[in-house]
Amino acid sequence: MMECNKLKRVDIIFCRKGFDLFEVVEKALSRDPDDLISDMIDSGLKGRGGAGFPTGLKWKLARNEEQDEKYVVCNADEGEPGTFKDREILDQVPEKVFGGMAICAYTIGAKKGYIYLRGEYNFLIPKLTEKLEIFNRSLKQIGLDFTIRLRSGSGAYICGEESALFESMEGKRGEPRNKPPYPTVQGYLGKPTVINNVETLVYAFMISRIGPEAFKEMGTKDSRGSKVFSISGDTPRPGIYELELGMTVEDFVNEFGDGDTKAVQVGGASGGCIPRKDFPNTIIGYEGIPTGGSMMLFNSSRSMYNVLHNYLEFFTEESCGQCTPCRVGCQQLLKGIESVKKGDRPPSYLRELVKLAKTMKIAAKCGLGQSVANPFVSIIKNYKEEIIH
Amino acid sequence: MSEYKVNLKINDIPVTVDAGTTVLEAAKKLDFKVPTLCYHTDLCIAGNCRVCVVEQVGAKTLIASCATPVSEGMEIRTNSKLVRQARKHIIELLLSEHNADCTKCYKNGKCELQDLASEYRIGDHAFLDLVGGRLGMVDELSPSIIKDDSKCIRCQRCVKTCAEIQGVSALTVAYKGDRQKISTFLDHPLVEVICTNCGQCVNRCPVGALVEKNYVDEVWDAINDPQKFVVVQTAPAVRVAIGEELGYEPGTRLTGNLVTALKRLGFSSVLDTDFTADLTIIEEGTELLTRLKKVLVEKDDSVKLPMTTSCSPGWIKFIEHFYPDFISHVSSCKSPQQMFGALAKTYYAQKKGIKPESMVVVSIMPCTAKKYEADRPEMRSSGFKDVDYVLTTRELGMMIKQAGVNFQNLDESPYDSIMGESTGAGVIFGVTGGVMEAALRTVYEIVTGREVPFNNLNVVPVRGMEGVREATLKIEGCQPEWDFLEGVELRTVVAHGLANARKVMQAVKEGKSEYHFIEIMACPGGCLGGGGQPIPTNPEIREKRAKAIYCEDENLPIRKSHENPEVQLVYEDFLGSPNSHLAHQLLHTHYTERERF
Amino acid sequence: MTDVKKIINRTIREYGKERQALMPMLQAIVQVKNHLDDGDMIAVAEALNLSAAEVFGTASFYTFLDTEPRGKYIIRVCKTISCHMAGKDEIIKVLEKHLRIKVGQTTRDNMFSLLTVNCLGWCHKGPVMLVNDDVYPELTPKSAIEIIESYISRK
Repeated sequence: MMECNKLKRVDIIFCRKGFDLFEVVEKALSRDPDDLISDMIDSGLKGRGGAGFPTGLKWKLARNEEQDEKYVVCNADEGEPGTFKDREILDQVPEKVFGGMAICAYTIGAKKGYIYLRGEYNFLIPKLTEKLEIFNRSLKQIGLDFTIRLRSGSGAYICGEESALFESMEGKRGEPRNKPPYPTVQGYLGKPTVINNVETLVYAFMISRIGPEAFKEMGTKDSRGSKVFSISGDTPRPGIYELELGMTVEDFVNEFGDGDTKAVQVGGASGGCIPRKDFPNTIIGYEGIPTGGSMMLFNSSRSMYNVLHNYLEFFTEESCGQCTPCRVGCQQLLKGIESVKKGDRPPSYLRELVKLAKTMKIAAKCGLGQSVANPFVSIIKNYKEEIIH
Repeated sequence: MSEYKVNLKINDIPVTVDAGTTVLEAAKKLDFKVPTLCYHTDLCIAGNCRVCVVEQVGAKTLIASCATPVSEGMEIRTNSKLVRQARKHIIELLLSEHNADCTKCYKNGKCELQDLASEYRIGDHAFLDLVGGRLGMVDELSPSIIKDDSKCIRCQRCVKTCAEIQGVSALTVAYKGDRQKISTFLDHPLVEVICTNCGQCVNRCPVGALVEKNYVDEVWDAINDPQKFVVVQTAPAVRVAIGEELGYEPGTRLTGNLVTALKRLGFSSVLDTDFTADLTIIEEGTELLTRLKKVLVEKDDSVKLPMTTSCSPGWIKFIEHFYPDFISHVSSCKSPQQMFGALAKTYYAQKKGIKPESMVVVSIMPCTAKKYEADRPEMRSSGFKDVDYVLTTRELGMMIKQAGVNFQNLDESPYDSIMGESTGAGVIFGVTGGVMEAALRTVYEIVTGREVPFNNLNVVPVRGMEGVREATLKIEGCQPEWDFLEGVELRTVVAHGLANARKVMQAVKEGKSEYHFIEIMACPGGCLGGGGQPIPTNPEIREKRAKAIYCEDENLPIRKSHENPEVQLVYEDFLGSPNSHLAHQLLHTHYTERERF
Repeated sequence: MTDVKKIINRTIREYGKERQALMPMLQAIVQVKNHLDDGDMIAVAEALNLSAAEVFGTASFYTFLDTEPRGKYIIRVCKTISCHMAGKDEIIKVLEKHLRIKVGQTTRDNMFSLLTVNCLGWCHKGPVMLVNDDVYPELTPKSAIEIIESYISRK
């Protein structure tokens, strides 16, 4: 029997009441770094960008690296279609993000931190710069040798991939690196680096306030805590919601659907498309369908061909282009469904394309190329008729 | 060597390797060949093409064997069903964006993608053709290199070569996604950018996207024209590499067979660039001594030291672009190819009673930049284009095959005379450090009257494959006229590959070095690793060619340029003395400052 | 000193002369000029000791570091799924008509360039567009035109 929760709203990320932000930082810095890390591990917090790597472990790995120069990088290159939570977090509670970075820096021994903000969010720069100045000054006052700087992207989805992000920060094309080595060993400028998503950093910050127990109580065994969801598409209530992890898609649709939901795309364009029949038995979380928080709802008026076509256009353009499966594979999938639609290729060609997508999933160099198969296979499987006719 | 050992299994066979070894290397150790495309032993790992993916038992995805280090207990499958399907897909994908017009392609039969397609039985491949708009995107304006984007499979070997080996970065990856392409600055033609024409990219392109400009038909036409007297010269590095085009092992010395083959092809006269290499030593050695005297004795500010060699046209173009303020440091000597051309249409023509206008001078060179060099407007001191056509070693291989000459069975012949005689010093021009060694053999002897103080004339300190090699030679016991050099430590440095050249020039520019004489070759290993040499190239092959060149040197009866009787004769009969007015007119040149970007 | 030279020097003061300075430098130039021309890229290459091709290769990777001339105001309409569902086609159509250009083009007076762009991160408030760095969510054909008009009157 699968473990699941009812849909429950939570207020951790955006909550500002009942505490002084800087006191939380100060209190954390008075503790032993190893204790902070064990709290983080104990809390069960996993990366909220989508990949879900345990945050405490990441910090521990970086802490164990014996290097003078280390970095903390906040991944604010939120580019996944359907995701907009990081913008909202940075707009509303940027200090919590900074606080998470400072605590991380203290635990791993980093002196420099960077926020890599996507170019699309340039309008946030003045405000963030101003707040960062104050925050950096306060850190100095309490004696933590750590400074956060802002770096911006310039319109490239792939730079949200952590190693591509480092390349971009280093002034290069945002092309993902071979792994290993992983960032905690060789990240920005080849130095040990913790790179965390905006939301992850806020949870890290809040865990040091509310304690791992309170966080752990929420969610399920494999998906502890809550998560900020970006909800869009055919819904009467689009927007940002913090919800406990572990609910079923069914629960979610009951709350946010328009009564005619035929599919939910969980995890953005690179996530999977859940058809109505699977709503009740699909859990939103690492044990079911993991997500960076994007939930797009489609009602019965939508053509899933158009949806898939839009995704594939996106990937075709946003692939960095370096590896064969992704660069050429995306184009083949896009042109492939077009040719089936036009009747230039028989419907059976879709089978070849599904096989190709599966090769991309195991042979592409990074998460982008690997994840194109998620929407492709799930949409072809469930909406084949819409693709062909 | 790493002290840590790692145990793993590949296709169920256990193997123990050093930590840090890649899965690809470990598989090779067990004689499992994993196909590769973007991988090249001379370059940093890219992990782009994904052709080398293998299965790691228990892993969620396949891994790129070229880019993944081994780890303890790893179990690898190089030929599982999953791997075969993925590999076939990847090859099919590459073919779908590749202008696979194989029978018309210059690289037909020598294409790594074609080989893979054949190995994996890719017939009428499944996917849609994506070449479309890139058809016809061909840059043919360079006299040296043709770049055809419709054939490019974006492996990035060329970009890495241009950056890592040459430090030039005339090529880059531009744009992303489906628009991604290999490009120059703003996609300008190669002739309009900082390309040095070295052809190292051509040597490493797995397909036909970068190839040399071919002049084989023009040369056949000249040979077949009864009105023409077609002289051919062969560069030092060709004789130790031509065999690789014809089925021999790398490093096979085939000088005599080469001469016979060229005669069979119908060249009127088969002569040797090594002759003008020896001549270069006399001219350049004299220039060095003159510069030393002007700087050390006459304190003449207008004369520059260190002096650098000038025989590598890739290097010349490099310094013109990157260090234009230093072109006065470059020896004014033309390269041996161009000295040959200028003398062929003057001295040789006079001696043999041939009208220079009916002469066609063809060079066989290990080099693509030589094609550009022959086209330079300065290279017309005979009153005609001094060298008419430059063929690479590869193009010569093509001609030999076209003519049906059975190379294996040929008798050896000597070069024709005059301008066919060479010494060991001329031969070693083909290897990095060789010009330096040849120069030292001559200069030391001129100054001291004694042979260079190394066992069997082998100036070992300047040899080897280290990228930058410094050596100092103390001059003692000078002849009276050179007494200003008494006790002087002649400081030399040798660099090969333009990235290394840049290191040396940067040191010179920053005043951090006090060299007297610098030898620079644009290509790794010197000319033997030139952009016109047989493909593939790698450190092992270059090592073998170098060994063959030194062997050739040791086996020649004369090993010092100034003892070459034909060189002595050209001064007696024609030029007068080294650096004479006529020598300057025919054998020296000047350089052009070029844009840095 | 030209503007670009000044920007380059300023960026070097802040970010140094290493390659990490490249993105901030290109971004600062684009901020002022809306695109990078040959001369800009050469000047940057010179300042950071890179080849011009490397600068071009890097710039052309990023959608916002345009190497083609653009107008004073670059309109970027999001074309990704949520905005697509919310009616971005209609927005593009009215903008094309109003500005009398097609997507990818620049008005004759060099005031506006009309481009489409991938997800801008306003999926709950589509359709959305950027005009330079400013965001305009929840567009309607009417509001889109009003926004453009407000830029015209700004001059």
